[in-house]
Amino acid sequence: MSLIDLANPSRFLKFADRVLPWLGGVTVIALAFGLNQAMGAPDDYQQGATVKIMFLHVPSAWLGMLAWGIMSIAALGTLVWRHPLADVAAKAAAPIGAAFTLLCLITGSLWGRPEWGTYWVWDARLTSELVLFLLYLGVIALWRTVEDPSRAARAAAILTLVGAVDLPIIKFSVDWWNTLHQGESVFRFGGSTIYPTILVPLLVMAVAFTLLFVTLHVAAMRNEILRRRVRTLRLMQAQATN
Amino acid sequence: MEAINHLPFIVGSYAAAFVVVALLVAWVMIDFRAQRRALADLERRGFARRSAAAPAGAALAQAKEEA
Repeated sequence: MSLIDLANPSRFLKFADRVLPWLGGVTVIALAFGLNQAMGAPDDYQQGATVKIMFLHVPSAWLGMLAWGIMSIAALGTLVWRHPLADVAAKAAAPIGAAFTLLCLITGSLWGRPEWGTYWVWDARLTSELVLFLLYLGVIALWRTVEDPSRAARAAAILTLVGAVDLPIIKFSVDWWNTLHQGESVFRFGGSTIYPTILVPLLVMAVAFTLLFVTLHVAAMRNEILRRRVRTLRLMQAQATN
Repeated sequence: MEAINHLPFIVGSYAAAFVVVALLVAWVMIDFRAQRRALADLERRGFARRSAAAPAGAALAQAKEEA
Protein backbone atom coordinates (compact mmCIF):
# COMPACT_ATOMS: atom_id res chain seq x y z
CA MET A 1 0.00 0.00 0.00
CA SER A 2 1.48 3.36 -1.01
CA LEU A 3 1.25 6.50 1.10
CA ILE A 4 -1.23 8.11 -1.31
CA ASP A 5 -3.60 5.13 -0.82
CA LEU A 6 -3.86 6.06 2.86
CA ALA A 7 -5.20 9.49 1.92
CA ASN A 8 -8.71 8.06 2.06
CA PRO A 9 -10.60 7.98 5.38
CA SER A 10 -11.78 4.35 5.10
CA ARG A 11 -8.32 3.07 4.16
CA PHE A 12 -6.78 5.19 6.89
CA LEU A 13 -9.12 3.62 9.48
CA LYS A 14 -8.05 0.11 8.43
CA PHE A 15 -4.40 1.19 8.47
CA ALA A 16 -4.79 2.75 11.95
CA ASP A 17 -6.47 -0.38 13.36
CA ARG A 18 -3.60 -2.48 12.06
CA VAL A 19 -0.62 -0.32 13.10
CA LEU A 20 -1.77 1.21 16.40
CA PRO A 21 -1.11 -1.88 18.60
CA TRP A 22 2.40 -2.15 17.14
CA LEU A 23 3.06 1.57 17.39
CA GLY A 24 1.84 1.57 21.00
CA GLY A 25 4.09 -1.37 21.88
CA VAL A 26 7.18 0.13 20.24
CA THR A 27 6.48 3.48 21.94
CA VAL A 28 6.27 1.89 25.41
CA ILE A 29 9.56 0.03 24.82
CA ALA A 30 11.26 3.17 23.46
CA LEU A 31 10.04 5.27 26.42
CA ALA A 32 11.20 2.65 28.93
CA PHE A 33 14.60 2.45 27.24
CA GLY A 34 14.86 6.23 27.01
CA LEU A 35 13.97 6.74 30.68
CA ASN A 36 16.51 4.08 31.66
CA GLN A 37 19.17 5.90 29.62
CA ALA A 38 18.14 9.26 31.09
CA MET A 39 18.32 8.01 34.68
CA GLY A 40 21.72 6.43 34.00
CA ALA A 41 23.18 9.60 32.45
CA PRO A 42 25.85 11.39 34.50
CA ASP A 43 25.20 14.74 36.17
CA ASP A 44 26.31 17.83 34.30
CA TYR A 45 29.50 19.45 35.60
CA GLN A 46 27.72 22.80 36.01
CA GLN A 47 24.02 21.99 36.40
CA GLY A 48 24.38 18.82 38.43
CA ALA A 49 21.35 16.51 38.54
CA THR A 50 18.94 19.10 37.12
CA VAL A 51 20.24 18.18 33.66
CA LYS A 52 17.83 15.23 33.89
CA ILE A 53 14.99 17.71 33.27
CA MET A 54 16.51 18.31 29.83
CA PHE A 55 15.54 14.77 28.73
CA LEU A 56 11.88 15.83 29.00
CA HIS A 57 12.14 19.53 28.25
CA VAL A 58 14.00 19.41 24.92
CA PRO A 59 11.95 16.59 23.27
CA SER A 60 8.74 18.34 24.42
CA ALA A 61 9.90 21.59 22.81
CA TRP A 62 10.79 19.81 19.56
CA LEU A 63 7.46 17.95 19.48
CA GLY A 64 5.49 21.14 20.17
CA MET A 65 7.14 22.71 17.12
CA LEU A 66 6.92 19.55 14.99
CA ALA A 67 3.18 19.30 15.62
CA TRP A 68 2.66 22.89 14.43
CA GLY A 69 4.86 22.11 11.41
CA ILE A 70 2.62 19.13 10.56
CA MET A 71 -0.47 21.29 11.07
CA SER A 72 1.01 23.89 8.68
CA ILE A 73 1.57 21.27 5.95
CA ALA A 74 -1.95 19.95 6.58
CA ALA A 75 -3.27 23.53 6.39
CA LEU A 76 -1.85 23.76 2.86
CA GLY A 77 -3.59 20.46 2.08
CA THR A 78 -6.86 21.96 3.31
CA LEU A 79 -6.60 25.31 1.53
CA VAL A 80 -4.96 24.20 -1.74
CA TRP A 81 -6.20 20.65 -2.34
CA ARG A 82 -9.20 20.57 0.06
CA HIS A 83 -8.19 17.08 1.02
CA PRO A 84 -10.55 15.53 3.63
CA LEU A 85 -7.72 13.95 5.61
CA ALA A 86 -5.68 17.18 5.76
CA ASP A 87 -7.99 18.96 8.19
CA VAL A 88 -8.49 15.71 10.13
CA ALA A 89 -4.69 15.55 10.57
CA ALA A 90 -4.50 19.22 11.59
CA LYS A 91 -7.37 19.03 14.07
CA ALA A 92 -6.02 15.82 15.64
CA ALA A 93 -2.49 17.25 16.03
CA ALA A 94 -3.53 20.47 17.80
CA PRO A 95 -4.32 19.13 21.33
CA ILE A 96 -1.27 16.85 21.26
CA GLY A 97 1.01 19.69 20.18
CA ALA A 98 -0.53 21.94 22.84
CA ALA A 99 0.13 19.28 25.52
CA PHE A 100 3.79 18.93 24.51
CA THR A 101 4.22 22.72 24.42
CA LEU A 102 2.64 23.00 27.87
CA LEU A 103 4.99 20.27 29.12
CA CYS A 104 7.92 22.19 27.65
CA LEU A 105 6.83 25.34 29.52
CA ILE A 106 6.30 23.47 32.82
CA THR A 107 9.60 21.57 32.71
CA GLY A 108 11.42 24.70 31.54
CA SER A 109 10.00 26.62 34.46
CA LEU A 110 11.01 23.87 36.91
CA TRP A 111 14.48 23.79 35.37
CA GLY A 112 14.81 27.58 35.40
CA ARG A 113 14.17 27.99 39.13
CA PRO A 114 17.31 26.15 40.33
CA GLU A 115 19.48 27.30 37.40
CA TRP A 116 18.42 30.91 36.85
CA GLY A 117 16.79 31.61 40.20
CA THR A 118 13.39 32.25 38.63
CA TYR A 119 10.50 30.21 37.25
CA TRP A 120 9.82 32.66 34.45
CA VAL A 121 11.46 35.51 32.61
CA TRP A 122 10.08 37.37 29.58
CA ASP A 123 12.98 36.55 27.31
CA ALA A 124 12.58 35.88 23.59
CA ARG A 125 12.74 32.06 23.70
CA LEU A 126 10.31 31.65 26.61
CA THR A 127 7.90 34.28 25.30
CA SER A 128 7.84 32.86 21.74
CA GLU A 129 7.20 29.38 23.20
CA LEU A 130 4.32 30.79 25.27
CA VAL A 131 2.96 32.44 22.12
CA LEU A 132 3.02 29.00 20.43
CA PHE A 133 0.98 27.55 23.31
CA LEU A 134 -1.55 30.41 23.03
CA LEU A 135 -1.75 29.83 19.26
CA TYR A 136 -2.57 26.18 19.95
CA LEU A 137 -5.36 27.23 22.30
CA GLY A 138 -6.63 29.64 19.63
CA VAL A 139 -6.76 26.93 16.96
CA ILE A 140 -8.48 24.47 19.31
CA ALA A 141 -11.03 27.15 20.26
CA LEU A 142 -11.65 27.91 16.58
CA TRP A 143 -12.32 24.24 15.81
CA ARG A 144 -14.79 24.11 18.67
CA THR A 145 -16.51 27.38 17.81
CA VAL A 146 -17.37 26.73 14.15
CA GLU A 147 -19.82 23.85 13.90
CA ASP A 148 -19.35 22.98 10.23
CA PRO A 149 -16.02 21.03 10.03
CA SER A 150 -15.12 22.25 6.52
CA ARG A 151 -15.63 25.92 7.44
CA ALA A 152 -13.75 25.43 10.72
CA ALA A 153 -10.93 23.72 8.79
CA ARG A 154 -10.42 26.70 6.47
CA ALA A 155 -10.41 29.23 9.32
CA ALA A 156 -8.06 27.05 11.40
CA ALA A 157 -5.78 26.51 8.38
CA ILE A 158 -5.35 30.28 7.90
CA LEU A 159 -4.59 30.79 11.60
CA THR A 160 -2.15 27.85 11.49
CA LEU A 161 -0.23 29.28 8.52
CA VAL A 162 -0.08 32.72 10.16
CA GLY A 163 1.09 31.09 13.40
CA ALA A 164 3.84 29.20 11.57
CA VAL A 165 5.78 32.48 11.60
CA ASP A 166 6.42 31.75 15.29
CA LEU A 167 8.43 28.58 14.51
CA PRO A 168 11.57 30.28 13.13
CA ILE A 169 11.22 32.93 15.84
CA ILE A 170 11.38 30.19 18.51
CA LYS A 171 14.27 28.44 16.76
CA PHE A 172 16.44 31.52 16.17
CA SER A 173 15.32 33.62 19.17
CA VAL A 174 18.48 32.68 21.06
CA ASP A 175 20.60 33.92 18.13
CA TRP A 176 18.63 37.06 17.27
CA TRP A 177 18.23 38.38 20.82
CA ASN A 178 20.25 38.37 24.00
CA THR A 179 18.36 35.77 26.04
CA LEU A 180 18.69 34.18 29.44
CA HIS A 181 17.90 30.87 27.72
CA GLN A 182 21.02 29.10 26.52
CA GLY A 183 21.98 29.11 22.84
CA GLU A 184 21.55 26.23 20.40
CA SER A 185 23.52 23.22 21.62
CA VAL A 186 22.26 20.14 19.71
CA PHE A 187 21.64 20.95 16.03
CA ARG A 188 24.21 23.62 15.20
CA PHE A 189 26.99 24.28 12.74
CA GLY A 190 30.19 22.75 14.03
CA GLY A 191 28.41 19.92 15.85
CA SER A 192 26.70 19.50 19.18
CA THR A 193 28.26 21.01 22.29
CA ILE A 194 26.74 18.31 24.51
CA TYR A 195 28.95 15.46 25.67
CA PRO A 196 27.89 12.06 24.18
CA THR A 197 27.00 10.53 27.57
CA ILE A 198 24.23 13.13 27.85
CA LEU A 199 23.53 13.64 24.13
CA VAL A 200 22.74 9.96 23.41
CA PRO A 201 20.01 9.63 26.12
CA LEU A 202 18.58 12.95 24.91
CA LEU A 203 18.32 11.68 21.33
CA VAL A 204 16.84 8.35 22.52
CA MET A 205 14.19 10.27 24.48
CA ALA A 206 13.54 12.47 21.42
CA VAL A 207 12.91 9.34 19.32
CA ALA A 208 10.64 7.89 22.06
CA PHE A 209 8.65 11.15 22.30
CA THR A 210 8.33 11.27 18.51
CA LEU A 211 6.95 7.70 18.50
CA LEU A 212 4.54 8.73 21.26
CA PHE A 213 3.41 11.69 19.15
CA VAL A 214 2.92 9.52 16.04
CA THR A 215 0.91 6.94 18.02
CA LEU A 216 -1.31 9.58 19.61
CA HIS A 217 -1.74 11.42 16.33
CA VAL A 218 -2.80 8.32 14.36
CA ALA A 219 -5.23 7.40 17.19
CA ALA A 220 -6.63 10.95 17.37
CA MET A 221 -7.05 11.03 13.57
CA ARG A 222 -8.99 7.76 13.75
CA ASN A 223 -11.23 9.31 16.43
CA GLU A 224 -11.81 12.41 14.31
CA ILE A 225 -12.83 10.35 11.25
CA LEU A 226 -15.27 8.38 13.44
CA ARG A 227 -16.62 11.64 14.93
CA ARG A 228 -17.35 12.95 11.44
CA ARG A 229 -19.15 9.74 10.53
CA VAL A 230 -21.24 10.02 13.70
CA ARG A 231 -22.04 13.64 12.81
CA THR A 232 -23.12 12.66 9.28
CA LEU A 233 -25.35 9.86 10.56
CA ARG A 234 -26.91 12.12 13.21
CA LEU A 235 -27.70 14.66 10.49
CA MET A 236 -29.33 11.85 8.47
CA GLN A 237 -31.29 10.83 11.57
CA ALA A 238 -32.42 14.41 12.22
CA GLN A 239 -33.42 14.79 8.56
CA ALA A 240 -35.41 11.56 8.70
CA THR A 241 -37.31 12.46 11.85
CA ASN A 242 -38.25 15.96 10.63
CA MET B 1 23.62 17.99 48.78
CA GLU B 2 22.89 19.92 45.57
CA ALA B 3 21.10 16.90 44.08
CA ILE B 4 18.87 16.67 47.18
CA ASN B 5 18.10 20.41 47.01
CA HIS B 6 17.08 20.09 43.37
CA LEU B 7 15.22 16.81 43.73
CA PRO B 8 11.74 18.41 43.97
CA PHE B 9 12.29 20.16 40.61
CA ILE B 10 13.44 16.94 38.92
CA VAL B 11 10.64 14.83 40.44
CA GLY B 12 8.13 17.60 39.67
CA SER B 13 9.19 17.61 35.99
CA TYR B 14 8.86 13.85 35.62
CA ALA B 15 5.54 13.86 37.50
CA ALA B 16 4.22 16.61 35.20
CA ALA B 17 5.33 14.62 32.14
CA PHE B 18 3.60 11.51 33.48
CA VAL B 19 0.36 13.41 34.13
CA VAL B 20 0.36 15.13 30.70
CA VAL B 21 1.09 11.88 28.82
CA ALA B 22 -1.47 9.93 30.90
CA LEU B 23 -4.13 12.58 30.18
CA LEU B 24 -3.34 12.46 26.45
CA VAL B 25 -3.58 8.66 26.34
CA ALA B 26 -6.80 8.69 28.40
CA TRP B 27 -8.33 11.39 26.15
CA VAL B 28 -7.58 9.40 23.00
CA MET B 29 -8.90 6.12 24.45
CA ILE B 30 -12.07 7.59 26.01
CA ASP B 31 -12.83 9.53 22.83
CA PHE B 32 -12.37 6.38 20.72
CA ARG B 33 -14.78 4.39 22.87
CA ALA B 34 -17.33 7.22 22.83
CA GLN B 35 -17.24 7.56 19.02
CA ARG B 36 -17.37 3.80 18.48
CA ARG B 37 -20.33 3.51 20.86
CA ALA B 38 -22.17 6.36 19.15
CA LEU B 39 -21.53 4.84 15.72
CA ALA B 40 -22.67 1.39 16.85
CA ASP B 41 -25.81 2.92 18.38
CA LEU B 42 -26.69 4.71 15.12
CA GLU B 43 -25.99 1.61 13.03
CA ARG B 44 -28.17 -0.47 15.35
CA ARG B 45 -31.00 1.96 14.61
CA GLY B 46 -30.43 1.37 10.92
CA PHE B 47 -28.43 4.46 10.04
CA ALA B 48 -25.31 3.61 8.12
CA ARG B 49 -23.13 5.31 5.56
CA ARG B 50 -24.03 4.71 1.91
CA SER B 51 -20.86 2.67 1.45
CA ALA B 52 -21.60 0.55 4.53
CA ALA B 53 -23.55 -2.70 4.43
CA ALA B 54 -26.83 -1.47 5.96
CA PRO B 55 -29.03 0.32 3.42
CA ALA B 56 -29.50 3.89 4.58
CA GLY B 57 -32.55 4.37 2.41
CA ALA B 58 -34.47 1.70 4.30
CA ALA B 59 -33.44 3.24 7.61
CA LEU B 60 -34.61 6.65 6.47
CA ALA B 61 -37.96 5.26 5.41
CA GLN B 62 -38.33 3.43 8.73
CA ALA B 63 -37.42 6.57 10.68
CA LYS B 64 -39.96 8.59 8.70
CA GLU B 65 -42.64 6.01 9.47
CA GLU B 66 -41.74 6.09 13.19
CA ALA B 67 -41.85 9.90 13.14
